[in-house]
This record gives sequence, C-alpha cells and structure tokens, in this order.
Amino acid sequence: MGKKQIFNATLTAIRALSERYSMLTLSLPATVGDMEVLPGQFVEIRVADSPSTYLRRPISICDYDAASRVMTLLIRRAGEGTEHLCDLPEGSALDIVGPLGNGFSIPAPGSTALLAGGGIGVAPLMLLGKKMKQQGVTPCFLLGARTASEILLAKEFAAIGEVAISTDDGTAGEKGYAADNSVLGRHYDLVCTCGPKPMMAGIAHKARANGSPCEVSLENLMACGLGACLCCVEPTLKGNLRACVEGPVFDTGMLLWEI
Amino acid sequence: MANCQASPANNVNLAVEIAGLRMKNPMLTASGTFGFGEEFADFIDLEKLGGFIVKGTTLEPREGNPYPRMAETPSGMLNAVGLQNKGVDHFISDIYPRLKGLDTNVLVNVSGAKIEDYVAVAEKLAQLDGIPAIEVNISCPNVKKGGMAFGTTTDGAEAVTSAIRKAWPKTLIVKLSPNVTSIADIAKAVEGAGADSVSLINTLMGMAVDVERRRPCLSTVTGGLSGAAVRPVAVRMVWQASKAVNIPVIGLGGISSGRDAIEFMLAGARAVQIGTANFIDPQVTVKAIDWMEDWCRRHGVADINEIVGEI
Repeated sequence: MGKKQIFNATLTAIRALSERYSMLTLSLPATVGDMEVLPGQFVEIRVADSPSTYLRRPISICDYDAASRVMTLLIRRAGEGTEHLCDLPEGSALDIVGPLGNGFSIPAPGSTALLAGGGIGVAPLMLLGKKMKQQGVTPCFLLGARTASEILLAKEFAAIGEVAISTDDGTAGEKGYAADNSVLGRHYDLVCTCGPKPMMAGIAHKARANGSPCEVSLENLMACGLGACLCCVEPTLKGNLRACVEGPVFDTGMLLWEI
Repeated sequence: MANCQASPANNVNLAVEIAGLRMKNPMLTASGTFGFGEEFADFIDLEKLGGFIVKGTTLEPREGNPYPRMAETPSGMLNAVGLQNKGVDHFISDIYPRLKGLDTNVLVNVSGAKIEDYVAVAEKLAQLDGIPAIEVNISCPNVKKGGMAFGTTTDGAEAVTSAIRKAWPKTLIVKLSPNVTSIADIAKAVEGAGADSVSLINTLMGMAVDVERRRPCLSTVTGGLSGAAVRPVAVRMVWQASKAVNIPVIGLGGISSGRDAIEFMLAGARAVQIGTANFIDPQVTVKAIDWMEDWCRRHGVADINEIVGEI
C-alpha cells in the first residue's frame, strides 16, 4: 500500500442517484502526486459544520482516475454525517485522509471474476471491475437491492462487463436475494463481494459450494481508520485484525463466519 | 512574571522536564490513540513530538473485547477496546527495535489485572535502554478485588504504585482514573507511594444505546468516554490534582488544539497528551505545538514552564 495522505479535495459535481444515494465527483489537488488507489480502499472524510458528528466518515472509493486526479464516491444517507455530505453544494472543499485499507485481489489474466454488490456495496466494484478488465480478467457484475430504483450505476457497470441484477421485490432482474441469483451457479476464479453482512455470507456460501475463492469487504465501525485505535477489529484465524489496515477486504477463508 | 520578554529575536523555550524525562516540548500522544507511532508517520514527523506513549502493554497477549468496541457520542466517543495487544515480549522483540532510534521520547503504557503482572512488565521494560519512562494505567480492573479498578481507591492506587516503584528505576508516571470522588486523594496516595508524576484523566465511564436495534452500542455495555466532551472535567481534575501534589502533572482529556493544551498548562499541567483528536486530524499534534509557540510570543512568555499552574 502507498503512503496515506491528508488533503483538501474540491467537490466538482454532486448528483442524487435516488432518494437515498448520491454520487460525488471530487477533484484532488496536484499535491497528491501519483497517488495509487487500490480497488477496495476507502477514504475518511471530515464532516465540517455538522454539530452532532465528531469523527470522520469512512467511504469506499468508487472510482479514481490518476491522470485527471478525479475521485468518485457513492454515499448512502445513513445518518447525520452522510446526510450532510449528500447535501453539500458544488464547489465545497472536503478534508480527506486516504487512501486507506487494503484492496481486493486481481487474479491472473484470462481469469473470470464475479463482483457482487448489495446496495451501497456496489461502490468499490467500479474501480475493481475497470482494473480487472485492464489486466485481462473478465468481470461479471451482480447488483442487488430492495427495488429497481436502488440498483446503482447499472449502465456504467454494463459498459465494463456482464451485469446480473436481483431485487427483493422483482422490479428489476431476478426476484429475491442477490445470493440466490442464477449467476452464482457457476465457478469463478475469484468472487468479490461488498454489501450487508447476510448478503456477503450468502454469496460466500455459494462461492464455496462452487469451489470459488471469495473475498469480502467489511464495513466495521471505525474511529480512526488509520490502524491506531483497534475499534474496527474482525475476529479471524490470526486473531482480531483491523478492518482499516488488514482489511477492509478479507479472504473468507480467514474469517470465522459459518458459511 | 517573565524576566525576559519573548521577542521576534528570541526563541520561545518549549522544553519541559517531567522528573528527569526531558521533552523538547510539552506534547505527548495518549496511549491507545497513536498505535506505535508508525501509523502516523505518513502525516507528521514523529521527531517533532515531545514524545509518544505506546498503547497499553500487558504481560500476556490480549485479544480484547468483542466487536462492537466504539460508539460516536456528541463531541466524543465511547470505546471498549479492552487492551488488545500482543504482550510485552512481542513489544520488546518486534516493535522496540524500530522505535528506539527515534529522536523523541518513547514511553510505554503498562496495564495489568493483578499487581504481579504490572511488576513483571516493568521489570522486562527496565532492561531496555531506550524507554525513559512508563505510564501505569491504574484504571484496569483488579481481578483479585472483584474487578474493581485499582485506581478507584487510595489503597489500590498506592499498592500498584509502590510495587512498580521497586521494579522501575526511571521516570514513573501513574495515569489516574477520573471515575473517583476525589482525584486529589488518589493523586496524593500515588505521590506518597513514589510516583514521579501523574497523568490524568483516563476515560470517563459512559454508555450509549442503539434505539433502533434496542440494545447497547458497545459489546461490554459500558465503555470509556473521550474527546472534546470530557475536556472541562479533565481541566477541573488537573487543577485539583496539581494543587494537591508537588510532583508534575501531565494533562489529557479532550485536548484538540494548542489552545486546549495551554488551558491545561495554565490549570497545572507541565505536559499534555492528545488522544482522540488524532483520529479527526492526524496532524493535530504538530499544529498544536506551533500554536503554543505562537501563543507564547503573543503573551510575551519566553519559557512555557512559567505558565504551569498559573491558575
């Protein structure tokens, strides 16, 4: 992993994708240099002027173009901090620490991969899918949500690879849980998933049944995001590991989940 | 007050001393908030600090408490980490070699569940050349007294301090719990038992409830409150403790800026620690040092030691 940085980015565009989700486009300053972002990494954003938030908010990096230094974030309105971020006016300055954490693995050229995201969990799959394709891997996306309006960026993912969809109410794609989608019926060289824990557990179970290695991205509560406070730990075969340093991406074989 | 007014031509002296521990400035970082220092090396030059305090080290490795271990609260946070650490032997073999060459003080926070464990850790650390001071965490529950924290009674505080005093010849700092009726009494007991300095406050006991899930936010139900919200309590206790003892006091509890650090020094602290604020701004420590220096110039203070306990 490269150097962690602290910088002010400019919010050049903000777009509501639905009632609950927004896409933020940030322009990073030249001082970040040739910052390397691994798919799966996140940033910690300071929420200024919000009286009831104190700590930074950890947000997955959805996309990053190093040449233009443009970073894309997807944010879900989950509480005061994220509501505040989703309501920011264009031109706002954002105080950011990152990139943090580890990234998903990218298998060898010629491999197949399934990238499964639930709700806001699709965010890191954009950069992951792009990097995989660049490296000769064939990504297939599985997007899951409660209803059609909460399926995010389906067109953008379709420009990269095959897209399968699951909605709880059947208003798009297959009706039911993402973990029950038919696309999970085959083997992949790697399954990467991010979303609510029960969804990831279901995906991991299917992956195991098909002999596919599986990596999950955890959303454990964090105070520092830097590896210092030890609040975000996940129990693993190697003891309690930090979701912000040894994670957020973990191989399911390391976790103590029953899958 | 000042014999020699600070002027643009003169440098302000920020160096302080805590019972033989010489620090280039009063700024330390609190244990449990700064890892082993390396976690912050991308953001600041560690050698600019007066020192940093390595997280709570116990005799045996500890996994700590189950997740969830934190909850955000107004202007603060609760934590229930439970002293997760790989134990003193791992610190000595794996971490210490990387830190001992740094041009800043590296202090170790020592924790334990029984007095013998504290003493064993102190004895092992005493073999190292590069650790000039230890900070003893007496907020730990004493398993031999039904889990009541050592630091909640004068007897408990005294017993731990005098045992470690025999095992640790260098600067001995005892970190006090604020969850007591009289911080002055605890500070006096610890001074009487041979401590060279007291640091306060550790976290205040608090609790939070998740109303949607209808359960406590922390796996342990209660936890330690830190951050800006505790600052007025910490300032009050630093003031009370420093009036009660002759040994130097190190102040912490919600310090988030140079202004806050000066507040603690005026109230009686000779050095300060920044903890939780590091999470929000990983560069807060160096910014605070610069602000303090500037404050001294503005106030005509040539030597920051002049302001200690001015209140």
